Amino acid sequence: MAILTEAMRERIRAYLPRYPSKQAVVLPALHVVQDELRCVPLEAVREIAEMLDLHPAQVQDTLSFYGFFRDEKHPLGRKRVWVCRSLSCMLRGGEELLRDLSARLGVKPGETTPDGRITLEFAECLGQCEGAPCLMIDDEVHGPLTTEQALELLKRAEEAS
Amino acid sequence: MSFEPVLLRNRGVPDVQRLEVYQQRGGYRALEKALRMSPAEVVQVVKDSGLRGRGGAGFPCGVKWTFLPKDHSGPIYLCVNADESEPGTFNNRILMEEDPHQVLEGITISAYATRATTAYIYLRYEYGRCYRTMQRAVDEAYAAGLLGRNILGRSDFHLDVYLHRGAGAYICGEETGLIESLEGKRAWPRIKPPFPAVEGAFRKPTIVNNVETLACVTHILDRGADWFKSIGVPPDPNNPRDLGSYGPKLYCISGHVNNPCCVELPLGVTARQLIEEHGGGVWKGRKAKAVVPGGISMGFLSESELDTPLDFIGPTKVGCLGLGTAAVIVIDDQTSMVDVLYNSCRFFRHESCGQCTPCREGTEWMTKILARIRRGQGELSDLDQLLEIANGIGITPGTTICGLADGAAWPVKNALTKFRAEFEEYIRHHGRHHDQR
Repeated sequence: MAILTEAMRERIRAYLPRYPSKQAVVLPALHVVQDELRCVPLEAVREIAEMLDLHPAQVQDTLSFYGFFRDEKHPLGRKRVWVCRSLSCMLRGGEELLRDLSARLGVKPGETTPDGRITLEFAECLGQCEGAPCLMIDDEVHGPLTTEQALELLKRAEEAS
Repeated sequence: MSFEPVLLRNRGVPDVQRLEVYQQRGGYRALEKALRMSPAEVVQVVKDSGLRGRGGAGFPCGVKWTFLPKDHSGPIYLCVNADESEPGTFNNRILMEEDPHQVLEGITISAYATRATTAYIYLRYEYGRCYRTMQRAVDEAYAAGLLGRNILGRSDFHLDVYLHRGAGAYICGEETGLIESLEGKRAWPRIKPPFPAVEGAFRKPTIVNNVETLACVTHILDRGADWFKSIGVPPDPNNPRDLGSYGPKLYCISGHVNNPCCVELPLGVTARQLIEEHGGGVWKGRKAKAVVPGGISMGFLSESELDTPLDFIGPTKVGCLGLGTAAVIVIDDQTSMVDVLYNSCRFFRHESCGQCTPCREGTEWMTKILARIRRGQGELSDLDQLLEIANGIGITPGTTICGLADGAAWPVKNALTKFRAEFEEYIRHHGRHHDQR
């Protein structure tokens, strides 16, 4: 059974006119799928490959290079939180923020809470060094934050979506 | 020192992200001016200005453009490098979030000059706000006839601009890694030559320019090459390899300062001036121990080197790799350089793309050795081992395709040269009871 819905296929096809090669649509397609399914199942890899006239291994090769994408055994929670651990943040408490959030959420970086709400990740420099320590919820960066502020922000982000 | 900002002149102006407000403030005047010139004349102005790339390598922008083949049947691509990922660096984010049309105007002028008909803005995924701000600006520009077919009524000038989001990989900031990633592949940098100007994206001539570089182009066209050259530092007449450091530059200041910020100043300001006059001084009344001059890959300045001018040549005179992204990270005197260096090595281990063995293995070994030292199991001979690895990886010794490994090696070389006593002391005095992080 097809895993890509017609709506997802439509979103992926809309990228085709932008590029002279179909392969260039691999990253946009992977983003579309992960946005919707919170992971990129192997069947989706096959279907993307078929849409773009590629071998599934080519899509899998790209997918596996970027640490960003999750396979079906490791789907994302409803919110994905990345805590920056690079130098500017480390100097202002980034590692402590990651450690404390890990303890409070009861998960290690890379893991998802058992209720499927939150995936915690470490990040390399998020580019908000004037607001260190910072973290990113989905694709928006916030900082500087204490652990309490981070948890409050996360709660509000969950309520808003 | 008083300096009227140019790149940040619209910062804080309400709604300047909107085309109408940007235009009221003189926006797209430079594009109109450029379109009254021939593409070759625009290239010449940028060449005359001495503008050097702001992304890290400092290559002269106008010269890069002249590497495009003459009379190519096309298409020619412009790739905008918005993959800003160097630790400590956030100037491109500020430009895109706060003044997106300034960036877009620079892109449009540069596309006209290079005869590019498609521009891809390769934007790191983490810059979600930039993505939405830039997309709105692109949509507005299309609606106003500033992008698309027959730009400003010119039947011979067409440009499409697309945003392309990355997926969290530092190596995509390397220009050929960026191109591979844009093509839908793993971001493995290419062996050069051929350089992208000859064979780049989709095997066509391609120019890759940084966001800030393109924003500078807007003002060079608006105010002229002489204006640009009146700012910054001219070349040292005794150094034939110094191409000069002209123009304004966005300096990022982060780490242990009272006021982390991004500030625009003429190239050549010193690290001490940045810390004292713009960063509010070192926090908690402490002193600086070390300062990263331009993103972590450039290495470290010691306290006694803080009067080094941060132009394209200054940091190299004190053993750093270069100006890099001009992102200054201040490290106070209470911080362990062992911890700092471990953090740096861990970053590069994580971001090495794995294509070249010396980089993939070298960044791993250096991180492991530093982890061992931090566990209290280090030996003095580890320091020479670290240096041997650092000296063997990168394009400097000629063992890798791209410069990522040089960036990984430089902090190690600088730290073990300038702060060796601290590392030796750490190894002698840290037993097995040391905090195991």
